[in-house]
Amino acid sequence: MQLAVLGGFVLAAFAPLLHRWFGERAGLVMAILPAGLALWLFGQLPSVVAGDTLVFEYAWMPGLDITLTFLLDGLSLLFALLISVIGVFVLVYAGGYLKGHQDLARFHVVLVAFMMSMLGLVLADNLVAMFVFWELTSITSYLLIGFNHNDPEARKSALQGLFVTVGGGMALMAGLVMLANAGNSWSLQELITRGDALRQHELYLPMLLCLLGGAFTKSAQFPFHFWLPNAMAAPTPVSAYLHSATMVKAGIYLMARLHPALGGTESWTLILSLFGALTMVTGAFLALRHTGIKQVLAYSTVMALGTLTMLLGIGTQEALIAFATFLLAHSLYKGALFMVAGILDHETGTKDIAAMGGLRKAMPITMVCAVVAALSLGGIIPMLGFIGKELMLESVLHAERLNGLLLMMSLAAAIMTMAAAAIVALRPFFGSWKDTPRSPHEGPVSMLAGPATLATLSLLFGLLPSWVSPLVMATASSVEGSAVDSYLALWHGVNLPLILSLISLAVGLLIYRHWERWRDWQGRLDPILNRGPEACYFLLMNLIVVVSEWQTRMLQNGYIRNYLVMTLLVLVGLTSHALVYRHDLVLDVSLDVRAHEALVAGLMVAGAVTACIMRSRLASVAAVGTMGFCIALTFVLFSAPDLGITQMLVETLTVILLILVLFRLPRFATLSTPLERVRDVVVALATGGLITVLILAVISGEQLPSISDYMVANSVPEGHGHNIVNVILVDFRALDTLGEIFVLALAAIGVYAMLRFHADEYDAAKQRLPHEEYLDG
Amino acid sequence: MEPLMAVVIGILYATAIYMMLRRSIVKLVIGLMLLSNAANLLIFTSAGMTRGAPPLIPEGASEPLRQVADPLPQALVLTAIVIAFGVLSFAVVLIRRAYEIVKADDLDKMKDTDT
Repeated sequence: MQLAVLGGFVLAAFAPLLHRWFGERAGLVMAILPAGLALWLFGQLPSVVAGDTLVFEYAWMPGLDITLTFLLDGLSLLFALLISVIGVFVLVYAGGYLKGHQDLARFHVVLVAFMMSMLGLVLADNLVAMFVFWELTSITSYLLIGFNHNDPEARKSALQGLFVTVGGGMALMAGLVMLANAGNSWSLQELITRGDALRQHELYLPMLLCLLGGAFTKSAQFPFHFWLPNAMAAPTPVSAYLHSATMVKAGIYLMARLHPALGGTESWTLILSLFGALTMVTGAFLALRHTGIKQVLAYSTVMALGTLTMLLGIGTQEALIAFATFLLAHSLYKGALFMVAGILDHETGTKDIAAMGGLRKAMPITMVCAVVAALSLGGIIPMLGFIGKELMLESVLHAERLNGLLLMMSLAAAIMTMAAAAIVALRPFFGSWKDTPRSPHEGPVSMLAGPATLATLSLLFGLLPSWVSPLVMATASSVEGSAVDSYLALWHGVNLPLILSLISLAVGLLIYRHWERWRDWQGRLDPILNRGPEACYFLLMNLIVVVSEWQTRMLQNGYIRNYLVMTLLVLVGLTSHALVYRHDLVLDVSLDVRAHEALVAGLMVAGAVTACIMRSRLASVAAVGTMGFCIALTFVLFSAPDLGITQMLVETLTVILLILVLFRLPRFATLSTPLERVRDVVVALATGGLITVLILAVISGEQLPSISDYMVANSVPEGHGHNIVNVILVDFRALDTLGEIFVLALAAIGVYAMLRFHADEYDAAKQRLPHEEYLDG
Repeated sequence: MEPLMAVVIGILYATAIYMMLRRSIVKLVIGLMLLSNAANLLIFTSAGMTRGAPPLIPEGASEPLRQVADPLPQALVLTAIVIAFGVLSFAVVLIRRAYEIVKADDLDKMKDTDT
């Protein structure tokens, strides 16, 4: 199982090669993998339906408690089946839709990678592995939305989708960590058995909010719903796959998966049912505002995602059966409808429903697919969508909290969804003929296979609910956390849900008839709607730009002194904080100084200070030299004759070098203002003071045993030298000395090169190239 | 002696940083010189200062006859002195070249890569 999924990533990498070998048929070849997976998953159906949970162990990083164990129960089986079956059709379909597109190979790479990430996400047992797959779906989705990367609109939408979902991913990660700590396990299998402990944990609410932050952004719940319709910039096969059937359901999957662990509390019920219902109504309402066929479908997807969330919030057994049925029904009809939309767009050259009409003669098969799928979307007997809607209304009716409010919202959503279904299925095909940019004819077989099969399944499962009943019950059981024993039926008798369905059918068709007037009326709300969450998103993005510009100007201003000041202040601040609060500061200030030593030290200070205040270069250099010789004296006085000699030599050379080289430079000018000088003095004194305190802390503190005892003891026996310092340099630490020689050699080469190249040569070179702007004044 | 040296080193660091914050490039180099000297002294002092006991072993003996100063910091400082000299000579020649081209001893006039 793991091998199949990981192998899929390898297959994705080889997609360009397959294109070279099989040309246009590469998509078909690649579809073999999901098809095989689907068959294998079908094979597991009996044991999963019987209530077994199949576990495929695989250690990934055992030391960190991270496994790649896969878990196959009702919920993950339903998702995995949807992903692989619809995946097959999308791969076939994309071959027709993007026929002749130069980047088809790239498309296949990302699509197959996405497919495998999604499978990994719904199958993973380990929270970390699940999170990795979760982020992989975000990234592949970004690449797919921005597939037409020459289109700025597509790039913008891709980035928006990425920001929203990855932002949610951050929250999700925090939530998962809290969950793992609270439940004391990284394994989903174990976590869902610890529901009681988790629900009583003190971090329950923050944990829930973080996890929902991830799920809501991914599944486009209000107020994050805006990214999904924008993601329609992707090629239609992508919309059919990612933004209706699979990726957007990742958040739904997460909530369903965690339902046994976290569900059933007051906050769970209220948050999920309220936000779900709000999303449902918002989606259905906005679907009617647009005339782009993909836009209408995208908003109706938002509606469906809201419904699913609401059902999870209600959380009764009835609601969970409704959840599973609705999920399956939605994936089937929405996949079919998006593919129909793709055929329309491909064959007519427009995506605007208002510009299409009378296509039933030109594309009869497409029309049948569209109508059947739309019947399911509208929830009309005898489709699977009807069963889903009936169950949904019934569970809302029996909801323990807020059932009156939820019922009204559900009815409103059902009415508007009905209207949207009619718009999508009837507008383009019936009515009077309208001329479109391309002369329309029936789509190719590769593009019809998917919608035809999915629409047929919608109908078949509606007529014969016993076929899907076991899978639906197995799914509901995994979401419930205990076995659910029930069955699906098409006809529930004449009851309140049926009456509500009839009302929604009638009112929905009424809205459809007066769609133009409805849109005009809705258009008047635009000024209010335009200030919605999407405006907040753009505000936030602009804010980020403004803040980064400001902080770049502040921090990266190109002046070395500003960098230095900032670095030093941070150093002083942090170190003094640590010294004062973390360290029991003992300062030993017992003085044991002889007069000549104090004199040398005083001269050193005088030299350094004089070097700072002198206005002439030579005086400054001389003062530094004085200080250097005093240091040499100190070395000699304190048992370091070698250092004394070296310092003396180097100091002499330095002074000579400085005087020779700096001879031609002008006197120091006063370049800084008094205020700047005060600032610099303060910074300098603060740092100097810190260094003094640090040294005092070091010498008064406990000394660790020195490693030099070894060197003292072995200098003669091993190194055959009586000057221990020299033995260390040329023997114990000889490699250091070798490196030092290299540094000096490099410096010497640099000095030589720079002294050879004179400025007049530079001027001459400049004159030879008069047209080039060598200098800017 | 060490507490006194701690104060001296603090002052040397302060002067070094003050000079490095100047706009004049020559002052920057002088600041670098002060800084490397201060750092050398810092290492030397932190290891403890001993009077009149250089780490030498008399002829014929295989170990020092009495406690000597720690030789390791001395070796490190020795390396540092020489490296500092290398860096300094490179920097000094570099600013001389820079001055020949920019004709100003001002870091703020060297912000463009073209000049």
